[in-house]
Amino acid sequence: MNVIERTVSNVTTWFNDRTPGLMPAYKKHMSEYYAPKNFNLWYYFGSLAMLVLVNQIVTGIFLTMNFKPSAMEAFASVEYIMRDVSGGWLIRYMHSTGASLFFIVVYLHMFRAMLYGSYQKPRELVWILGMLIFLVLMAEAFMGYVLPWGQMSYWGAQVIINLFGAVPVIGPELTEWIRGDYLVSDATLNRFFAMHVIALPLVILLLVVLHLGALHEVGSNNPEGVDIKKVKDETGKPKDGIAFHPYYTVKDLFGAGFFLTIAAFILFYAPTFGGLFLEHDNFVPANPMVTPLHIKPVWYFTPYYAMLRAVPDKLLGVMTMGGAVLILFGMPWFDRCKVKSIRYRPTLHKILLTLFVISFLTLGWLGMQAGSTIQTWLARSLTVFYFGFFLTMPFWSTMGQTKEVPTRVPDHE
Amino acid sequence: MSKSAIFIRAIFAAALLIPAFAGASEGGVAMESAQIDLTDNASLQRGAGLYMSYCSACHSLGYQRYSRMAEDIGLTQEQVENNLMFTDAKFGEQMNTGLNQVQAAAWFGKAPPDLSVVTRTKAEGADWVYNYLKSFYVDESRPTGWNNTVFPGASMPNVLWQLQGSQHALTEPMHKSANGEPIPCHKGEYQGQCITGFSIPEHKKGSLTAEQYDQAARDISTFLAYVGEPSAVQRQSLGVWVVLFLALFTFIAYLLKVEYWRDVH
Repeated sequence: MNVIERTVSNVTTWFNDRTPGLMPAYKKHMSEYYAPKNFNLWYYFGSLAMLVLVNQIVTGIFLTMNFKPSAMEAFASVEYIMRDVSGGWLIRYMHSTGASLFFIVVYLHMFRAMLYGSYQKPRELVWILGMLIFLVLMAEAFMGYVLPWGQMSYWGAQVIINLFGAVPVIGPELTEWIRGDYLVSDATLNRFFAMHVIALPLVILLLVVLHLGALHEVGSNNPEGVDIKKVKDETGKPKDGIAFHPYYTVKDLFGAGFFLTIAAFILFYAPTFGGLFLEHDNFVPANPMVTPLHIKPVWYFTPYYAMLRAVPDKLLGVMTMGGAVLILFGMPWFDRCKVKSIRYRPTLHKILLTLFVISFLTLGWLGMQAGSTIQTWLARSLTVFYFGFFLTMPFWSTMGQTKEVPTRVPDHE
Repeated sequence: MSKSAIFIRAIFAAALLIPAFAGASEGGVAMESAQIDLTDNASLQRGAGLYMSYCSACHSLGYQRYSRMAEDIGLTQEQVENNLMFTDAKFGEQMNTGLNQVQAAAWFGKAPPDLSVVTRTKAEGADWVYNYLKSFYVDESRPTGWNNTVFPGASMPNVLWQLQGSQHALTEPMHKSANGEPIPCHKGEYQGQCITGFSIPEHKKGSLTAEQYDQAARDISTFLAYVGEPSAVQRQSLGVWVVLFLALFTFIAYLLKVEYWRDVH
């Protein structure tokens, strides 16, 4: 035994004696967490979401060092970061591009679960915790968007906070309580800053731990929807399972590299992404006296915004928008199909899921438009389809002939 | 190809249709490209000169420092102090205007805005500035005597008229649709007629030819695009190395993955 091996062994023993739970935890979550061997492209987005979360936290810390959370100084302090802080532009673009990429990977991650029925029994809790992350992430992104105090920050906050005014009886008091003032102002910016940099990130981190904890209790699903725990070898290891570390850590490392290459390309060559990631109107400082021509949220909220606008009544519109997010929580109970993966489902399911994706993307596009009569009617019909997709799922998910799911992961994988 | 792969492809194909749908609904006239080059220091220096002479009296560049500008566009402190600084600001300070904002608001109806990030507030970026500077025409009905087709009703007069000369609008009667409704003009309206273009009468010519004026407008647009994001050139040059590094990293990570996964396959 050479000196290095001896040191490593001694240090390991020292820690094991003092934290007996450490190695078992490492084994449970890494080296002896058996994941199905047939993960495909869709399975990268979970680890990528964690990567982006880390990016947001680290770049956020550096932004906080120079950002001034005051209505008088916020806009100028962002330009100060872009110009006078060394490397400030890079940090800011990493944070702003990261915000949009966060939603891209999270939406793809959620769609993966819909594609392969990952929310089905026994993973309902994993899905619910994931949905809670999505909900808090939306609040986090909204409040972060307000901080640069541009025109869209200001008027976006105005519109979104006013939605709470639709709540019967307590509406006006509720909006006042959220703003901390009679209108969106310095007080609002201050509290949003507090929520954005500490309160919500803590909640997100806690939920991520719970999301992963819940997942590791029941094990990962896979593109075939095969339950790998049913066939184990004599040591109790699933025959179609492989250790998360090293197999999926190296695979995710490759995925992270690929993702970062694309992210870097956007960051360095299209950081505003044609006004989608950083909007043109948000380069105009907030002005409570001038309303922008079109107030619209950032692209990742536009599907819900389109649904809000599609409903003529304010309260019903708010309920529609909120309901569109909340209805996703019910997925594990709406879907009564006896197979998980789309690969073993009847054509009807494939068609409906495809239409759902098309309608969601189209709603996203509609939410960015000014809203002509045709567009409003299109948004209305797509909103009806969106809700219809979920509400009628208990019926259509049992229809059609499913294919037999094998007990083992097929060889071609 | 498995059925799910076909299915996934179908979804992506459907997603590709959306921008096509979006493109079809957009209207308006395409702006003439300013063809700016942010690495062209000569253009940036001319633009800075023109900006400081003709624009800076009213429009501040409140986030841009003289010192940073000098460093980025290749000027010395002496050159900037002797030729480009018309206020009592220090070299390390921001390029603010000496104009009293309250008085300015009284004169123009609205204080002239800060132009630090003006190119970033427009979808067309520097092209907007270029087209704006080329689209002033004489309109006696306006308080300043000037109007602009890119920004109709602008409260700013054509401060570059001595260079460009005074453009007059060429018009044609409005077209009518089949049901007799007038079709909105493409380039704007003047005295109830549609503007088709501009001409400069012989006695109102400016000191520059049309080509020279285009270049002057391009120089100012380039300068304002630079001020909008002073790190843009550095961003693009650094990006090459970051992308190359990450591509190499990804390749090595891929080899590592393949090596480990030999056990699985």
